Amino acid sequence: METFLGRYKNLIVLAVVLFAQIIGLAVQVRRPAQVGETRLIRLWAISAVTPVEKAVLQSQKWVQNVWTNYVYFRGIRRENRELRAQIERMKVEDARLSEDARMARRVQALLEFKEQYVEKTVAAQVIGTSGSEQSRVLYLDKGSKDGVKTDMAVITPNGIVGKIVQVFPSSSQVLPINDQFSGVGAVLKDTRLQGIVKGSQNGTTSLQYIMSDEKVEPGEEVLTSGGDRVFPKGLPVGKVVSVEPGKDLFLNIRVAPTARLDQVEEVLVVLKVVEKAPDSKDLQPIRAADILAERLPTVPTKPTADAAANPKPGATSAGTSSAGAVTGSTRPSAGAAASTNKPAAGAPSPPGVKPNASAATPRAAQGASNTGLSGAAGGTAKPATNVNRPLNNAAEGTSVSPKRKPVSPASPPSANGTASGAAGTPATDEAAPPPRKAQPAPEPAPGTNPDQSAKPPATEQPQP
Amino acid sequence: MSGRVMPYRASLTSREQVAVYDFSWPALILIPLVALLIQVFIPVKVRYFPVIDLPFMVTIFLAVARRNPVSGCLTGCVIGLMQDLFAGPSHPLGMYGIALTIIGYLASSLGVKIDVENPGSRFLITYVFFVLHQGIYYGVAHGLLRQTQEWNWSHVAVSALANALIGLFVFAFLDRFKQR
Repeated sequence: METFLGRYKNLIVLAVVLFAQIIGLAVQVRRPAQVGETRLIRLWAISAVTPVEKAVLQSQKWVQNVWTNYVYFRGIRRENRELRAQIERMKVEDARLSEDARMARRVQALLEFKEQYVEKTVAAQVIGTSGSEQSRVLYLDKGSKDGVKTDMAVITPNGIVGKIVQVFPSSSQVLPINDQFSGVGAVLKDTRLQGIVKGSQNGTTSLQYIMSDEKVEPGEEVLTSGGDRVFPKGLPVGKVVSVEPGKDLFLNIRVAPTARLDQVEEVLVVLKVVEKAPDSKDLQPIRAADILAERLPTVPTKPTADAAANPKPGATSAGTSSAGAVTGSTRPSAGAAASTNKPAAGAPSPPGVKPNASAATPRAAQGASNTGLSGAAGGTAKPATNVNRPLNNAAEGTSVSPKRKPVSPASPPSANGTASGAAGTPATDEAAPPPRKAQPAPEPAPGTNPDQSAKPPATEQPQP
Repeated sequence: MSGRVMPYRASLTSREQVAVYDFSWPALILIPLVALLIQVFIPVKVRYFPVIDLPFMVTIFLAVARRNPVSGCLTGCVIGLMQDLFAGPSHPLGMYGIALTIIGYLASSLGVKIDVENPGSRFLITYVFFVLHQGIYYGVAHGLLRQTQEWNWSHVAVSALANALIGLFVFAFLDRFKQR
C-alpha cells in the first residue's frame, strides 16, 4: 500500500485536487448565489485587494495632476478660448432645445405621460477588471457605504456601461453590456423596434430578437427601452454597425457601444430613478388656437414694398401684440433665433395671408420681436434698423423699412403710436388700429376664433 | 548550479542532473499576488492587456523551476482559485483553478525531463501550455457547466504567441527570485 501511494503520489494528489474543485463547481451550480448575495471568500478577496488598487490609482492620479497642473499648461489659453466659444455655441443650442423640451413637456403633460428621470447619481472610478478575456466585469471604488446597490445602472455621458451585480462595502462590481452574460432592453431610435442588446465572449455587442423581415439600417442609434427595469428609458446604448440575416427568424445586428467600454475610467452610478409626469407648472399655458396656428402652412414672404404700400391694420395689431409679448418675456428661444439668424417659428410667415395666426403664437411673436424682425409685425421679414428705436408708424400698419427716415427717440409719442415692445414700452391700444373688422380676415381655423387668436396669451403681460 | 539536485531519470536534457530551485516564502506569496494585481488593474488603462495571462505565466514558472508535480499542481490550484475570485458572479470558483492545476502539474512534470532554462524551450512550453490552458477552460465551461463558449483557433493562436513572447521577459525577470 505504501509503495502504491509513494509511486502514484503525484497523480493521487492531482486527482484529489481536481476532484475537490469539481465538487466545488457542482455545489456552486446547484446552489447559485442569489442576486445581490456575495460569497464570503469573494468578499474577503476583493476587500483585501480594493485598498491596494485605490492606493495605486490615487498615487497615479496625484502624479498625473502634478504633471497637468504644473508642467503641462502649454496651450491652456488657446483651449480656454475655444471652450468659451464652444460654451457660446452650446448656449444658443441649449436655448433652442429648451424651448423644444418645454413644448414636449406640455404635450406630455396633456397626455399624462410618465417619464423616468435620473434623480440621483454618484460618480465612481473604475479601479479594476476581472483581468481575463472570459469575464469583462469591472470594479468601481464606490460600494454599499455610498448607497450603491445591485441592479443599479452604470452610465457615462456617452452611453450606458452596465449594471451593478455585486456590492461590497467600499467597492462594487459592474457587469458591462459587452459581457456574454449581460442583457439590456433596447429600442432602435428611428424604427422603434425593440430587442435585447447582448454581449459576447469576444466583447462584441449585438441587438437580438429583431425579426428578419424588419428593415434596419447601419448607423441607426440604439437606446434603452426601459423594459429591463434597470436602465432608464432613452439612454444611448450604441449604433448599429452591420445588419445580416441571422439564424432562425431574427436579424444579426451588430452594435457598437457609444460608451468606450474598453477604456472607461469614470462612470456614474444611477442611485435613484423617479417616474413622474413632466412638470408643467412653470410652463405657460398654450391654447389650442396657438397650436393650430403653428400647424397651419405658411406661404412665401411677400416683398416689403407690398406691405408698406398696403398697410394692413390687422398686421399692425399683430405687431403690437407681438411687441407687448416681448416686454414681458425673456424667453431664450428668441435669443437663440437672433443669435443663429434662424427665424423663429412664425416670424417669416406672412401676416398678409395669416396675420393673426402668425402673430398670435406667443413664441412666434416673441421670436419675431426679439430677433429684431420688425417685419414680422408689419408683414415682412426685413430686419429693423434699430430695435431699440421706437418703430414708427406702427399704428399705420406700415412696416419699418431702412429706407424710411427714422423717428428720433426724443420725439414724443405721437398718435401714430410709437410702439413697440422692442423698445421696452408696451404697445397701446391707441396704436392698434380699430378697424379690425374691415381687415380681410383669413380663413379661421376650425374651432378657432380669429379675434381671439390675435390676442396675446393670458399669461403674457397684459396690454394697457 | 543549485542547492539541490534531482537524480537523473530519463531526462531529455543533455545534462545528467537537473537543477531544482527554491523560492523564499515571501517570494512565493508575493509573486502570484502581484501578478494577479497587475492582471486585474492594468486592463483599466491598457485595452488589450487581458490577452496576456500573468497568473498563468507565474504558474508555469514556479512549476518548472521547482520541478515538483505536487507543489506544481497545488500552486496552480491556489493561483487559479485566486483568479476565479475576481472573475465575477457568473464565473464559478474553480474554472481557472482546474485549468491551472493541470497546467502546474504538467509543467512541473515536464520540467523534470527537459531543459527549461533555454529561451526557446520556454517559448515553446508557454505557447503549448497556453493553448492547453484555453482548451481545459473551454472543456470545463462547455462540458461541466454547459456555458456557451466559442472556440476561436486564430484568437487562441495569437494569444498564445503573445503570451509566449511576453513570457520570455517575465521569466527572465522572475529568475532573479530563484534561490540556489
